[in-house]
Amino acid sequence: MRRNLRLFLVAGLLVGLGLALFVSPFASDQPDGLERVAAEEGFGDAAENHDLADGRLADYGVDGVDDARVGTAMAGLIGMLVTFGAGLALFGLVRARRGRPRSPASPPASSPQAS
Amino acid sequence: MHVPDGFFNAATSVGAGVVSAGTIAVSLKKAAAQLTERLVPLTGLVAAFIFVLQMLNFPVVNGTSGHLLGGALAAVLVGPWIGCVCIAVVLLVQGLLFADGGLTAYGLNVLLIAIIPTFVAWGVFKATRSFLPATRGSVVVSSSVGALVSVPVAAAAFAVLFAAGGSVDLSLGSVLAAMVGVHVLIGIGEAVITGAVVSAIVAARPDVVYGAQDLVPDPVLWTAESPETGEMAA
Repeated sequence: MRRNLRLFLVAGLLVGLGLALFVSPFASDQPDGLERVAAEEGFGDAAENHDLADGRLADYGVDGVDDARVGTAMAGLIGMLVTFGAGLALFGLVRARRGRPRSPASPPASSPQAS
Repeated sequence: MHVPDGFFNAATSVGAGVVSAGTIAVSLKKAAAQLTERLVPLTGLVAAFIFVLQMLNFPVVNGTSGHLLGGALAAVLVGPWIGCVCIAVVLLVQGLLFADGGLTAYGLNVLLIAIIPTFVAWGVFKATRSFLPATRGSVVVSSSVGALVSVPVAAAAFAVLFAAGGSVDLSLGSVLAAMVGVHVLIGIGEAVITGAVVSAIVAARPDVVYGAQDLVPDPVLWTAESPETGEMAA
């Protein structure tokens, strides 16, 4: 049963993109659970400014895009693609470093019986 | 629940960083043993999908919102080892690109958002499934139960760490009660979203779902113990 994964991946990415573009702009912008508790318990002020708070995408907006909803949608799209790429890169590397069982020209030291 | 810089003293931040680094190192090792070529894009998709779901804050109670952490979803879809690394990747992108989650708190955030919820959810998922019949419906229900439990446990872990090394001296009891109280509600949202996503995927493609492999008659995707080496093994 070697079913096609490509279709699944494309469908998953499309659903994710749809959520990023059309749902994330309408997400609640109220403080989250930790922020609320921090404020109520009196340690909210301990939070320091983020080192990259001036970044072009800081706080899920895009520098120069005035419409907050458009900015959030764009940030969501960018973030999703970057995360996808980062995941591919990291796990691709992890996979590659395990050794290359497919490569016919394996290093001389490796014996065929090993593992 | 992203921890900003300044909430914890340096020792606690470093300590959490060491624990997180060790756990991620072990997870990467386990992930390497599980990964096949075909699974790599799936791991990217899970990370990307959780990134998006974490953006979708939903209102819970009087002016407070919450969002999915994703531990249960990641654990059920790709297993806890690959899953917690996926969320650590999400946290890295959030911290570096979107100024969400302090950079000195990255280790804390990996511990509280990537590691604890994922492994707690996986344990609860497995335990719940063992009481239920071997059906796709049980996979969905167990995913939701795992999600439901994982969020307040992570919130409790925050409170315990804060009592040990928070930058403000507060009693454990009041922070614990406040954190768990609101995160039980967020956990309900996490359970609903996780259940919905797992339900859709397990209905269409159970062979993809790590936590449903026992229901697949001829699993190939996750049989990684014999990687492609064995593909033509006589």
